[in-house]
Amino acid sequence: MSRARVYKTEAIIIRHQDFGEADKIITLYTPYIGKITAIAKGVRRPKSRMGGHLDLLTRSNLLAAQGKNLDIITQAHLIDSFAPLKAELWRLSCGLYAAELVHRFTPERLPHASLYNLFTVTLERLGKYDKGELVLRFFEMRLLDLMGYRPELRKCSSCSGVIQPGPNYFSSAAGGVVCEECHSARPLPNDRAVSVNAVKVLRVLQGESFETAVCLKLGRELASELDYVLRSFITYILEQEIRSTGWLDTLRRLENTVSPGLSPPGTP
Amino acid sequence: MEPDFTPAAEPVARLIGEFNKLPGVGPKTAQRFTYFLLKQPEEEVRALAEALLAIKDSIITCSSCQNLVETDPCPFCSSSERDSSRICVVEEPMDILALERSRGYKGLYHVLHGAISPMDGIGPEELKIKELIQRLQKGEVEEVILATNPNLEGEATAMYLYRLMTPFGVRVTRLARGLPMGGDLEYADEVTLMQALEGRRQFQP
Ligand SMILES: [Zn+2]
Ligand SMILES: [Zn+2]
Repeated sequence: MSRARVYKTEAIIIRHQDFGEADKIITLYTPYIGKITAIAKGVRRPKSRMGGHLDLLTRSNLLAAQGKNLDIITQAHLIDSFAPLKAELWRLSCGLYAAELVHRFTPERLPHASLYNLFTVTLERLGKYDKGELVLRFFEMRLLDLMGYRPELRKCSSCSGVIQPGPNYFSSAAGGVVCEECHSARPLPNDRAVSVNAVKVLRVLQGESFETAVCLKLGRELASELDYVLRSFITYILEQEIRSTGWLDTLRRLENTVSPGLSPPGTP
Repeated sequence: MEPDFTPAAEPVARLIGEFNKLPGVGPKTAQRFTYFLLKQPEEEVRALAEALLAIKDSIITCSSCQNLVETDPCPFCSSSERDSSRICVVEEPMDILALERSRGYKGLYHVLHGAISPMDGIGPEELKIKELIQRLQKGEVEEVILATNPNLEGEATAMYLYRLMTPFGVRVTRLARGLPMGGDLEYADEVTLMQALEGRRQFQP
């Protein structure tokens, strides 16, 4: 009889599903193992000591045992519950969206410590800054870099000519901005016009530090253009919709109709 | 040990497939259920089949509180003993059973049938939120108690409902989170202790 191998890891909980009477199947993102799916037994009972340490968007130290199908979490100890993030609906929803992106971009057990760090600081920033939209766009651009989909923003992705200020297009299929001539010569199905300002902001998000990027001021129109450009690019890469975007859209609409001021979703 | 004839006969495979669709039932458990039933006397199996059909024939949704019940309106909504100025909002019908066992609540209920879970594509449209707002629009409700689960999705659902209910001017409360009874303080985890501290109230012995 072989003893189950036990291991320790830090992790952020990115997904959970109820399983059986009181168990949960939990998807964890870890710095050195990557994404893991594991089972936590009895955590839905209020008396479980692990429950609070294994809630969504919580960073914990875990002890787990390798199982036949799923690993089993035997101990969990909270490092950071990201309390400021969770204190407010818009912020926590942005955090759930970031978690979904991490989930959809990563296969199981492929370690990527830089992505883990990016994800962690993003959850911290969402709790700290009032500019959720900007924090998310910065996260998306860096995520695309890390995953090998860095969009080309300075040269035309088709003819390599320098992108001039003027009418240009963002082409998901070509992997970046294309000039007008290339677009009209051979328009691709997912091309969409992109404004000069949007290209400028994308360059800042791609090339500058977060501290610089967070000082940008985006009007509502520019913010939604950037959201749309990156959303279509990511959807194109993943070949599937990001489900949480629907919820973020619901909250944006709510903000525009009832009770303004309760929680500003980022951009003024 | 369960008999090991592969491939399983068609009706056996079919039943395994059906059990496998149940929440929390994997292929192994589905197989165990199936072979267990194969060994049972016929009247036992017939009783199970009839019980399964009966829930579909007789259980309906209460048009007011959305609970799964046998009559519409349900016994809670039609009772004159219950305080109709209070609505306690829960995620699942089973939560009502738990709250009723406490005997501490005499108001009405509202079952959402889930919690907001963006990653699973569950938003307001998938829950019985519209129906709750319709109940508030009648203007008889004074207090709404948010009793969604004390986890992130339950909190998100509570915060969202709070936003929707603000224009109605009802008093919105949330179940206090804290220590489970019967446990020792020293065994409580930090998260629970922190929430218990935050939710502390005036001591009235
Ligand atoms: Zn070109
Ligand atoms: Zn009812």
